[in-house]
Amino acid sequence: MTETETEILAVLRDELQRLAPEIDFDTVDRTRPIQQEFDIDSMDFLNYVTAIHERLGVNVPEPDYGKVATISGALAYLKSR
Amino acid sequence: MAHEPIIKRAEDKARANMPDYARASASFSWSAARAGLDGLADGCLNIAYEAVDRHVMHGHGGERAIRWLAADGHTSDFSYEDLRRQTNKFANVLRRLGLARGESVFSLLGRTPYLHIAALGSLKAGALFCPVYSVFGPEPLRARMEIGAARVLVTTEALYRKKVAPQRAELRDLQHVLLIDGSSSGIVEGVQDLRALMEAADEEAEIVATKPDDIALLHFTSGTTGKPKGVMHAHEAVVAHHITGFYALDLRAGDVFWCTADPGWVTGMSYGVIAPLTNRACILLDEADFDADRWRRILQNEKVSVWYTAPTAIRMLMRGGEDAFKGCDLSALRFIASVGEPLHAEAVEWSARALGKPIHDNWWQTETGGIMIANFAAMDVRPGSMGKPIPGVEAAIVERADETVRVIEAPMQIGELALRPGWPSMMRGYLHEEARYQKCFAGGWYFSGDLAMRDGDGYYWFVGRADDLIKSAGHLIGPFEVESALMSHPAVAEAAVIGLPDPVIGESIKAYVVLKQGHQQDDAMLRELLGHARKRLGPAIAPKAIVFRQNLPKTRSGKMMRRLLKARELGLPEGDLSTLESDER
Repeated sequence: MTETETEILAVLRDELQRLAPEIDFDTVDRTRPIQQEFDIDSMDFLNYVTAIHERLGVNVPEPDYGKVATISGALAYLKSR
Repeated sequence: MAHEPIIKRAEDKARANMPDYARASASFSWSAARAGLDGLADGCLNIAYEAVDRHVMHGHGGERAIRWLAADGHTSDFSYEDLRRQTNKFANVLRRLGLARGESVFSLLGRTPYLHIAALGSLKAGALFCPVYSVFGPEPLRARMEIGAARVLVTTEALYRKKVAPQRAELRDLQHVLLIDGSSSGIVEGVQDLRALMEAADEEAEIVATKPDDIALLHFTSGTTGKPKGVMHAHEAVVAHHITGFYALDLRAGDVFWCTADPGWVTGMSYGVIAPLTNRACILLDEADFDADRWRRILQNEKVSVWYTAPTAIRMLMRGGEDAFKGCDLSALRFIASVGEPLHAEAVEWSARALGKPIHDNWWQTETGGIMIANFAAMDVRPGSMGKPIPGVEAAIVERADETVRVIEAPMQIGELALRPGWPSMMRGYLHEEARYQKCFAGGWYFSGDLAMRDGDGYYWFVGRADDLIKSAGHLIGPFEVESALMSHPAVAEAAVIGLPDPVIGESIKAYVVLKQGHQQDDAMLRELLGHARKRLGPAIAPKAIVFRQNLPKTRSGKMMRRLLKARELGLPEGDLSTLESDER
């Protein structure tokens, strides 16, 4: 894992644990939708997208929401931005 | 008025189901509305017969009743005849399991056609059907299943394992769990594979001859204190579902009708299942969660003609801007309505610009069973208003003082929204809670608990709740239930929960917590409490924010003064503090 990936993952972990502290980040399926894996609603998903913008400086436009909907998808997407 | 009314064109009015509101109201009678349905012999009435079988009897069995868009991307269609057979099979499954008339069948399901099959099949078998919101955590679920004495539960394997199995022993009334996707059937005791049972069941069934007053549906709603209330509705409610679908949603045969409400709430049953079917429309059922892009595609590709959604979803769509709908072909879309919480004028105006049509807000409650006040297709829309009463429903703004009720006639005066009981979908009681039920009535009126105003032309305007209940993303949430879950954490001494205005979800839940001595007020504790609440309550009703306090404001009798916390949070006047005994610190 590259330094960038590690940094992105740390932010995703922190933000998702803030929204759903009872879910163990390390046991979720990274290829499945975050909303289901973390039991979060559409609003919390938007909060997660906003947090990505604030902390990584990447603005995710609405048509790209699907690309950050899984952890593995978000990693790939954010790395390329 | 700051917002200009949206004037309906003469040709739009002429093609509406109710072209003239005043005339329809003047000539309306519930017995005439009842005559629009078939009924069963000897004055009997069964919701499922009116929704499904009667259309097959009249030669429409081949028409599409449900189109399901599954989360995995596949689409399945059910004709009215398919639905008749499937619901018969489900009724026969219940009979084989020995379910007695009047016993309850619960569902814990997402948006799947099994919900429709289970609901209507249960009604055919004379059972009481109760859908529960699948996002609820184990505690709210158990409270509801205990009060409703759930005998049969229809759910998925994942939901069963997560929310039911760990507390199965405590659910004493529960005899049968039917899994719609059960692969582990037979392995866990008392769990059965619904598909296998349906496969073996006869597809012809006799519909139980239910009386109009027989209880058919149970829906839970929250109270400010105490346990959730089980609102009972009778088979006769179908008369109101049918006619309100026709008047307030402009539903007609052949419509593609998309109700985005979750089937675990009353809207998902009255208008997600019953009203579109009695009006012979096709139900569009989308299993996946909200996604703005996909929703726009569904509206266009499925040629949705009537769309019934909610302010939270509309506000999330608004975030994408007006241009997001450019190039989206909405030519099939004839009517848009919204419910769940008041729709702001800005959203109505946005819709008129972005979608080419205004959204028609309407108002009702779990207790009223169906739409009571609405903006109709042929009536000019005053953005921000909930509209006018349905024909056959008498509404008023009233002031209650002890036993006397005064009707406020002057326009734009705030009072409580009250309705004259007598429409068929009015609740028949709160299950096992006669006293709480009686408290809803006085002087010949039903009190909604909502504050509202009426303008000089008879349009109603929502003001707020008269109590501490919270409306978040369209869900009515009782603070007591959330506080109780927080209190169940060993570090918590006291908790108070309020709703704060939120631009998207209406109200966002905030909790104030006092810790017991010896516990640290730190970030780790905040996360632990949030996780604790989410595990017990589920994400929809767990607080979004938690803060620590040394003490919470209480009255002399120990009642939490949530109103004071809210006033301070919003910078509003604190009001009468004469009963305040110990204050917030």
